[in-house]
This record gives sequence, C-alpha cells and structure tokens, in this order.
Amino acid sequence: MTATWIAVLATAAGCYVLKLAGLTVPQRILAGPRVRRFAELVPVALLAALSAVQAATNGQAFDVDPARLAGLGAAVVALALRAPFLAVIVTAAATAAALRAAGVS
Amino acid sequence: MPGCERAAPVGGPRADRQPRPVRDGIGLGLAVGVSGVAFGAAAVSSGLTVWQSCALSVLAFTGASQFALAGVIASGGSLLAGTAGAILLGSRNTLYGLRLAEVLRPRGLRRVPVALGVIDETTAITLAQPDPAAATKAFTTTFWCLYLTWNLATLGGALGAGRIGSPQAFGLDVVGPAAFLALIWPRLKSGRTERLVALAGVALALATTTVLPVGVPVILAATAALAGALAAPAAEGSPEVADCTSPEDPAK
Repeated sequence: MTATWIAVLATAAGCYVLKLAGLTVPQRILAGPRVRRFAELVPVALLAALSAVQAATNGQAFDVDPARLAGLGAAVVALALRAPFLAVIVTAAATAAALRAAGVS
Repeated sequence: MPGCERAAPVGGPRADRQPRPVRDGIGLGLAVGVSGVAFGAAAVSSGLTVWQSCALSVLAFTGASQFALAGVIASGGSLLAGTAGAILLGSRNTLYGLRLAEVLRPRGLRRVPVALGVIDETTAITLAQPDPAAATKAFTTTFWCLYLTWNLATLGGALGAGRIGSPQAFGLDVVGPAAFLALIWPRLKSGRTERLVALAGVALALATTTVLPVGVPVILAATAALAGALAAPAAEGSPEVADCTSPEDPAK
C-alpha cells in the first residue's frame, strides 16, 4: 500500500470517527441549559461563518468575486421576499451564472 | 404541519416558509453533489488516482476535508500535514453531531450509517424542519441524494468530466453559501441571540482567514456560540425538541 493510500484511508477514518463522536456523546451531558444552548447555537455560528468564508475567501486570501457575491445578494433578496428554499438557491446560482455569461468574472 | 400549528420548528419558532423535507433535500443534494465533479477533477490533477479520489468521497464524505487533502498533495506538502489538516477540518461535524443526535435520536448500530451523513448540508436542512419526523425525512433524503450525486460526480470529474464546463459557469459555487444562509434564515429571524451569534461567527471567521490554516476560522466561529450560550442559556425545564404542544420556545 502506498503512502498516499494510507493518507487517504487515515483521512477517511479520522473524518468518520469525528462524525460518530458527536452522535455518541451521552444525551445527559447535553442536559444542562448552557450546554444545550451551545449545541443549538453551534450550527447557526458555523453555517453563517461557512457561508461567508465560501462566498468571500479562497484558501487563506480574500477573494472578491462579484458574480458570486451578487448571487448571494440575490439569495438574501429572495429570502426577504419569503421565496421557498429551492427558489432561493436557483436564484442565487442563476444570478451568478448570468453575470458570468455576461462577462462579469 | 397538521395538528401542530403552534409548534416551534427544530430550527426556530415559526419558519415563515413551509419546509418541504424531501423536495428540498433532493434539490440541495443534486445542486451541491454536482460539485463533486470539481473535487474529482482537482483530486486527479493533484496526483491522486481515480480510485483514491473515489475512496475519499465514499468513505470520508465531507467536501472540505477532501479538498484540503487534495490541495496539500497538489502543493507538494507532506501527507501527514495534509491528513492532519483534513481531519481537523472534519471536527466541525462532531459539533453538528451533538445537535443532530438530539433531533434524530439514532440508537446503537443505527449510528454507524447515520454518522457518515453528518455534514454541513444535512445538518442545515435537518435542523430547519418543524418536527422530528420531518427532520429524519430531511436528513435521510439529503444524505442519500447528496451521497449518490457527490460520488457519481467525483467519479465523473476524476475521469475528465470537468472538461465539459466548470461548476462556476453554472453558478454552483454560490449554491453552498446561499443554501446555508437560507437554512439558518428562520433562526436568524427568531432571536436576537441567534443574529448576534451568527454575526460574531462571520466576523471571527473572516478576521482570522488570512492568519489561520484553512478551515480553522470556521471552527473558531463555535466560540461565538459558546459566548451566546453563556450569556443566554436555555430556560430550565424548557420543552424537548419540537414538542408539538410547546408555544414559542425561547430555547430554540
């Protein structure tokens, strides 16, 4: 087995164990009000951060891509207009795609 | 939701849009899964074989970690550093699992397949549902649709399908950010703490992007959730998740 295969399988095993660990923590540990509130707020904080990082950065650098940011802006407008979920992501992707087709990079 | 009009959704009180777990799950699964083409193409061009690329998508199944390993290999970095970085990136799935376990309540060996599906997209869509049954349906649908699409797309990308056109040309790079925002939107509208935590998470992640290794800034955003939880803990004895009888639940 090559070193690369070991890296691939170790990555897969490590990622899987981390996923399983969260599911396996006894629920009574989550019973305290602060811990429960933390578990509830974590997805909000992480998904908001992930959205911003994916939209505005590339690797360790900021990456201002006008078409992508306009797509995210269109999603915000669609959300404010109470569009259903799929309409929001289609609006976002279509806006970015249309701007790129029009030459905005 | 029939007979449960006053229920607080798992993800927050009174989403103003009716969540459709199956339809939304399939839509998100297809849209995000197609990006597997980009991973397959990137992985092969970084020096992984087609089978190694596919093994990562089948077994690791967490995009950011997969891209991280391929990126380090492409830049000639050490395999150990690449593996460590990829696993570190996967640690946010542990935090998601804490919350998903409360909603999905997988028992015993059921955890084994469920764990593979604990990622950003499934978490976001599951927690946006109004009750545990819809949450389970949303998780299962999103997981399977995304898993199949991501793996087929990885194979396609590794075999050269990336040459047909880049996902960016179709605007697919904005699908993730838009979907995450859409899925936490009801929670942002539901409470001031949620909005402050989200803003602080964004600020922390962006402020540290240039100085911390890729992926760490997003995990650092969890400290915003910690601060929010310490400042405004859940009310004692507040109802369990998505209790049909609960009125506006301050804990959500």
